[in-house]
Amino acid sequence: MEAMTMSQTVDPGAAAAGKIVKMSSRGTKVFYGEKRALHGIDVDIYRNEVLALIGPSGCGKSTFLRTLNRMNDTIDICRVEGKLMLDDQDIYDPKLDVVQLRARVGMVFQKPNPFPKSIYENIIYGPKLHGLATRKDEFDAIVEASLQRAGLWNEVKDRLLEPGTGLSGGQQQRLCIARAIAVSPEVILMDEPCSALDPIATAHIEELIDELRENFTIVIVTHNMQQAARVSQRTAFFHLGDLVEVGETEDIFTNPRDERTQGYITGRYG
Amino acid sequence: MTDIVANPIAANTGFHRTEAAEKRLRRRYAAEQRFKIYGIIAITLAIGMLVLLLFTILRNGVTAFQQTAIQLEVTLDPAVIDPKGTGNPADWDRAAFQDLVHDALYKEFPDVSRGDRRELRRMISPVAGVFLGNQVLKDPSMLGQTVSVWLPASDPINQIVKGRIDRELPEANRPVSDQQLAWLDQLRERGDSKTIFNSTFFTASDSNYPELAGLWGSVVGSIFTLAVTLVLALPIGVAAAVYLEEFAPKNKFTDLIEVNINNLAAVPSIVFGLLGLAVFLNFFGMPRSAPLVGGMVIALMSLPTIIIASRAALKAVPPSIREAALGMGASKLQTVWHHVLPLAMPGILTGTIIAMAQALGETAPLLMIGMNAFVTAPPTGLLSSSSVLPVQIYIWADAPERGFVELTSAAIMILLIFLITMNGIAIYLRKKFERRW
Repeated sequence: MEAMTMSQTVDPGAAAAGKIVKMSSRGTKVFYGEKRALHGIDVDIYRNEVLALIGPSGCGKSTFLRTLNRMNDTIDICRVEGKLMLDDQDIYDPKLDVVQLRARVGMVFQKPNPFPKSIYENIIYGPKLHGLATRKDEFDAIVEASLQRAGLWNEVKDRLLEPGTGLSGGQQQRLCIARAIAVSPEVILMDEPCSALDPIATAHIEELIDELRENFTIVIVTHNMQQAARVSQRTAFFHLGDLVEVGETEDIFTNPRDERTQGYITGRYG
Repeated sequence: MTDIVANPIAANTGFHRTEAAEKRLRRRYAAEQRFKIYGIIAITLAIGMLVLLLFTILRNGVTAFQQTAIQLEVTLDPAVIDPKGTGNPADWDRAAFQDLVHDALYKEFPDVSRGDRRELRRMISPVAGVFLGNQVLKDPSMLGQTVSVWLPASDPINQIVKGRIDRELPEANRPVSDQQLAWLDQLRERGDSKTIFNSTFFTASDSNYPELAGLWGSVVGSIFTLAVTLVLALPIGVAAAVYLEEFAPKNKFTDLIEVNINNLAAVPSIVFGLLGLAVFLNFFGMPRSAPLVGGMVIALMSLPTIIIASRAALKAVPPSIREAALGMGASKLQTVWHHVLPLAMPGILTGTIIAMAQALGETAPLLMIGMNAFVTAPPTGLLSSSSVLPVQIYIWADAPERGFVELTSAAIMILLIFLITMNGIAIYLRKKFERRW
């Protein structure tokens, strides 16, 4: 209820178009010790949309992404202020269970990081952890479905018991995506998922992101503006810890309102 | 001169092809060559020392695996052995066996006068009766018969046969008289003296007599001690390392703990012995010479090594694995338990085995808690008196009898074999699990 009312303050046009707010951030500030990394971020993330976070290095886009599933909790000196909502749940509510939050908000990292275990075990780790399945045939079904969704099934179906670390970089990243979707999250956060991949693997992942949008809400951090333009519906531009501008991707790239955005997307700095 | 200042990085000046430049280059190569030679000399010296050490130990110790024995026809008179006639071995007169051995020896040399018998008796080990008694105990049917048995020669005879005492020395300078040498030669001519495998060395415990002394007691003591060390130090060390590395907040207090752990690793081991003496023995009143206390002292000593090795192994696990698990919704403990610890385990095990190898060779702290006691039987439990391998070596190295010289070296060989085996296992484990990465 609260989230709905707040969303109107950020992007009335989108709300009017019948989009549903999945996650929202109001006045989010992040501190690393004394240093402030984010100066109050107001943004809504709509269901079944891809939101791209762009901006020069050190602008706080990854920090913001990691506040969305509280991965910043692992850093001792990190402190978060402001209001972050997932549906109608406060993410930073002390009573909230982080385990459940991370099951609902999955994450794919910059560098492919499969567990040094078999492909099969990589996929079933999450479902096992959250009790999504108990029987072998249920796990088998989850493994096949997840790998199918990640477009990896045909490549690995005959070697599910081989280590996930033996795959190529692009395959490993798709394995990580399959692992993330195996626990049926609602939101998937991707932190520069293609920066360690070659162009062909990148194209694979981008296609995959577009398909995943049907079922999931996706937030992706990227350094590659063409990638943001290709995969996202909305784009947020971060600069020095501020959210400068957020809107329809097309608008941001063709008609930026802020001159810092313009400067960045035309390559004057970054 | 002005030219260079005007254009310090001008191209194509031919500078790198001048005589001076080539000379500089030659000097550089010569310096590299010299450094390589220094390195080779250093390694050659080190290997040479090692070979010398091993060779000395081998030369001194290899003879200990052989024992000179004398064959005697012993008449096992039940009236002498079992004067009470109960048939119960507990009532046997154990001292009588030695007399029977002497009688057999007199029969072997019937011409020897009564006055020379004393010298003749010194041919055979003063504890030959113990060996004979043990044989009879194993096979009581021998009682009442005249049997032919191989019994150990005395230590001086043993050393002469092995050539460790030069028989060409003047009689006054060697512990064996000319008469004894003549008897020995007679025995050998008749085939009644030869060297046999010294199984006593592997089955007996410490003794005042080199021919009756063995390593078994201290091997068992070492195993007991190391077991206590492992059971205490591994869980505590790994738990401490996991907590400090994965859970502890980074503040002044944990920094202090870390500095202290690193310092403890450098504390001389004898200090741990004094600590054990003061705390375990004096304050808690635990028994002296016990493997339990020895293990506890060595566990204290091994803890820093294990903690440091375990922390290094945990640190080597890439953070991306932790992020992956946390991102999947694993709790911190699950992340550590499911992923980080299994990946760090080979490193932890390697560190632990090396710490155990170090513990196996540790002597000084054990001296402080009385493990240098003279113990003639293997320990039956964690609280019974015991020796350990390195302390046994220390005790034997101090013993005056010639026979202990070779026993010392042989014990060092056994200790080295244990150490090499343990380090080998550590290397094997590391290699085996490394492949998973």
